[in-house]
Amino acid sequence: MRLRRRARPREVVTQSTLDNAFDRRTFVIGTAMGGLGVLLATRMGYIAIAENERYELESESNRVNLSLIPPRRGWILDRNGAPLASNRADFRVDIIPERTPDADATITELTRILDLDENQSADIRKRVNDGPGYQPVEIASGISYDEFAAISVRLPDLPGVVPQRGFSRFYPTGPSVGHLLGYVGPANAEEYEEQDRNPLLITPGYKIGKDALERQFELDLRGIPGARRVEVTASGRIVRDLETREDVQGDPVRLTIDGPLQDYAARRIGLESGSVVVMDCDTGDLLCMASMPSFDPNSFSQGIGRVEYGMLREDERVPLRNKVLKGLYPPGSTVKPMHCMAFLDAGIKPDEAIMCNGGRRIGNRFFNCWSNHGRVDMAKAIYQSCDSYFYHFAQQIGFAKVAEWAHKMGLGEEFPLPVTSQFYGTVPSPEWKQRRHDSAWQPYDTVNSSIGQGYYLTNPLQLAVMSARMATGNKVMPRLRLSSETPQFEHFDFSPDEIGYVRQAMSDVVNGPGTAGRARLPFDDIKMAGKTGTAQVVSLSVSNGRTGPWKYRDHGLFVFFAPFDKPKYAGAVVIEHGGGSGAAYPIARDVMTFLFDPAKGMDALRPLEQQWGGTAQQRLDAKYRAYAMAQGESVPPAPSRDEDIFDQVEAEARVAARQPQRIAEESSPSRVDTRSAEEVSRASASADPTAAEAPAPAPTPTSSFTGSPQE
Amino acid sequence: MSGIVPAPIARQPWQMLFPLFTLIGFGALVLFSAAAGSWDPYASSHLLRFGVFLVMAIVLSLFPRDFIQFMALPVYVVVLLMLLAVEAIGFVGGGSQRWLNLGFMQLQPSELMKPAVVLILARYYASLPVGMIPTWSALIAPGAMILTPVALVLLQPDLGTSLAIVFGGAMVMFAAGLPLRWFVGAAAAGAVLAPVAFFFGLQPYQQKRVFTFLDPESDPLGDGYHITQSKIAIGSGGFSGKGFNEGSQSHLNYLPEPHTDFIFATMAEEWGFIGGLVVLGAFAMILRWGLAVARASTDRFGKLVALGLTATIFFYVAINLMMVMGLAPVVGIPLPFMSHGGSSMLTNMLCIGGLMMVNRWNQTAPRTGLIR
Repeated sequence: MRLRRRARPREVVTQSTLDNAFDRRTFVIGTAMGGLGVLLATRMGYIAIAENERYELESESNRVNLSLIPPRRGWILDRNGAPLASNRADFRVDIIPERTPDADATITELTRILDLDENQSADIRKRVNDGPGYQPVEIASGISYDEFAAISVRLPDLPGVVPQRGFSRFYPTGPSVGHLLGYVGPANAEEYEEQDRNPLLITPGYKIGKDALERQFELDLRGIPGARRVEVTASGRIVRDLETREDVQGDPVRLTIDGPLQDYAARRIGLESGSVVVMDCDTGDLLCMASMPSFDPNSFSQGIGRVEYGMLREDERVPLRNKVLKGLYPPGSTVKPMHCMAFLDAGIKPDEAIMCNGGRRIGNRFFNCWSNHGRVDMAKAIYQSCDSYFYHFAQQIGFAKVAEWAHKMGLGEEFPLPVTSQFYGTVPSPEWKQRRHDSAWQPYDTVNSSIGQGYYLTNPLQLAVMSARMATGNKVMPRLRLSSETPQFEHFDFSPDEIGYVRQAMSDVVNGPGTAGRARLPFDDIKMAGKTGTAQVVSLSVSNGRTGPWKYRDHGLFVFFAPFDKPKYAGAVVIEHGGGSGAAYPIARDVMTFLFDPAKGMDALRPLEQQWGGTAQQRLDAKYRAYAMAQGESVPPAPSRDEDIFDQVEAEARVAARQPQRIAEESSPSRVDTRSAEEVSRASASADPTAAEAPAPAPTPTSSFTGSPQE
Repeated sequence: MSGIVPAPIARQPWQMLFPLFTLIGFGALVLFSAAAGSWDPYASSHLLRFGVFLVMAIVLSLFPRDFIQFMALPVYVVVLLMLLAVEAIGFVGGGSQRWLNLGFMQLQPSELMKPAVVLILARYYASLPVGMIPTWSALIAPGAMILTPVALVLLQPDLGTSLAIVFGGAMVMFAAGLPLRWFVGAAAAGAVLAPVAFFFGLQPYQQKRVFTFLDPESDPLGDGYHITQSKIAIGSGGFSGKGFNEGSQSHLNYLPEPHTDFIFATMAEEWGFIGGLVVLGAFAMILRWGLAVARASTDRFGKLVALGLTATIFFYVAINLMMVMGLAPVVGIPLPFMSHGGSSMLTNMLCIGGLMMVNRWNQTAPRTGLIR
């Protein structure tokens, strides 16, 4: 270049200097090219060799996508190991348009196999044409196994069609267990935050327990998610599976609930709004906690529709409230036997009598009884439900003493149960009134409270516990989770004679000259004892309590235990606005009949259900359909259920199961679970479907598992 | 002319043809893989085009010097008219107006302009009296010859091709012996004007590309995506690559344009550093041959044409490879002989044909031996 600069002033250019310049400059160009080539080779070596590890990692993280497989939820089992909540294999069919050469023909074929209607197939076609080709389009979900199988065998002729199975929560008895078990649903933002942003909670299709036991036992039921490593394209399409770790199903939770009894009780409530609680007097096991009307938790677990939710919310019978725990009612006369025990404890002798002259003067006022009972001792006061007797003796011993016993018997108490909430109500007392209302206790407060009215508020569970404690004289504690150990309960300081006296009086309510003659059990050897109750909702000036607008009618209540001389089961029935105890005790009678003899119980239920228009589930479906129709919405037909496995928690299953059993052991009135802890846990383990191919716990001999809905 | 007689195989420029066939064959393999292991749609048409254009190049190489010298101006004018036609009636695709529908094919006249500019400049300098080289007449007319088509191509807009034309023209001017101070001055002026041109001359999307090039990690899913994914592809290939048909970056569509602009990355992922060296080596051999042809030429026209055509091929290779390795901003310039695409194949085979032509002139012309 220096040469060139020297030549510049001369400006003499010849052919040879030009050629020289060309050669030199070409050399420069060639050198520059070579230099750049070396630079590129170096750069490439740097990227490909020196930084290879980093880029390899990035390439892998591009290629591989880790996705969680939601764990199958643990089952909720009844005391016999039958599933109250299980997982139903949810068969669905998707189509991936870009893998389908002739989408139109394929959809036509699918329409034929799945028997889809015109609208559905038109929708599918539209979605196939509009969507990005790699994204699966749902053809149908919730299809039957037969349809799933039919498509699976035709797969070679149906390119791009993907039959899949997932799991959705399934409650075989639907509304019967709605309040008891709750339901599942996708986690919301708060739940996601609460649980430390667990990525599982936002995995599509994953659902957590949203209410009641499903929520309480969430961590037991959840299980461990599996993981799937897949190769994905830049647009997110899955190319192939690389590695899969199976999920671990959640643990089963075994309840004290007796599935068929729960179903029976719920259905027996029928068109009424109310609840039935039955518990085991020896162990405190809650056999049944039915609350109706209810919702179908299956609808929630599949994502409840706006219309259906609207129907439930608008219903004046509040199907969204668990009445067993959150329904508060004046206990009415059902507390009278318990008050008698308070009188006994205060030293009143059973044969001390008063004269009921259609009422009684307390202080300077005359309070009416519902009838004129003449001479009334304790027994007659119970079986005739004479108010005057209670006005008198409550006044005599003071209501503070009575209230103390009410608490001991479980009223106004919360129980250590795995439930989301329980309303504990009110047991009025002078101290309570002073604290709460800042006013002094008056004689009329004693009068009202002595017959379970006034400020008194209880829930049906408390009434059942009260009944069990009265029947046994033990401080029976209710429990919901099955345990092999028999709890030891504190015994109240009553003599067997005193307890026997009250039992006899309560038996007379049903079997003697009492107020609930129609509650007699259809057995010669088993007698039920009980106590009726009628709780006024509004004053007599508004309604007579038996007729008129539904919400002004009296609540009907009944507490009971059986057999009366050797109580095994105790319970309570509360029918909201039933118009009196006559609405309650026939239900108690049938439920107890079913408990001792399922066939007889079903015989009583069948004609009633015919009259009401089907089982609770059928009526709920029909009601929803009618409601939706009125709203101008169309409702797809309820998915068919062909898995017989689930039948065993339905009331009918018990009848079928009992037939051969009856032949074997002629009369065995109670169905005490006599199995040892090992047997129970073994049965639950075999009910755990991850462990066995055929998840068949076999406590009910004839139950047949023809298919396993979980694998 | 008739001296071409039954060409013995040995007289063919094997030092160029061998690496060329290597590149084409290698390119076909990579295209086979880029189409997920299929000859269709890329690899087969790539080979077919090469066959057609190779015949064209051979035919081109038979043209005599006088005829080419005579045709330089008409060719330039015709291509310039086609560029004007593009502006007027061109076919718009991908946001710019570059194509002319000839009925049987889509022609991109700006591609033809690259060799045409080289040709017209070589013709001009060859006929320019030697004494006038350091005068302004050596600059004004060629400057106009370059800038007129560049202006038209910039209007399309197509920055990459404009730069290629400028580069080819500038290389011819440089080799023609124009005073060095002009180039230094132009470089200085360019350094001053570049920021101005950047902020006022470039489209926003082009500005963005430059920013992205400077810091690709700032937006790895947006504008930096191309560069990032390309570097991942090359880097994850390592020394010997992931194996034929095993490239995840290209097969799973992470790499954009795996068969055109980013074919080198597609190749490097599967063949690794070794494959990269083969490609670089092949290009080095071809370009070295091109320069050798230029030097061996006995006359000024041949020298300048050969150098200009070599520079044009080089420009493609250099910019493309710098782009895929993250050394240059993303400009849509394919890799010669490997990328799938008719226009770039046409241009590059025209260059090869031109070089073969000059090579033949060299072989048939009597060696003067005085200057060389």
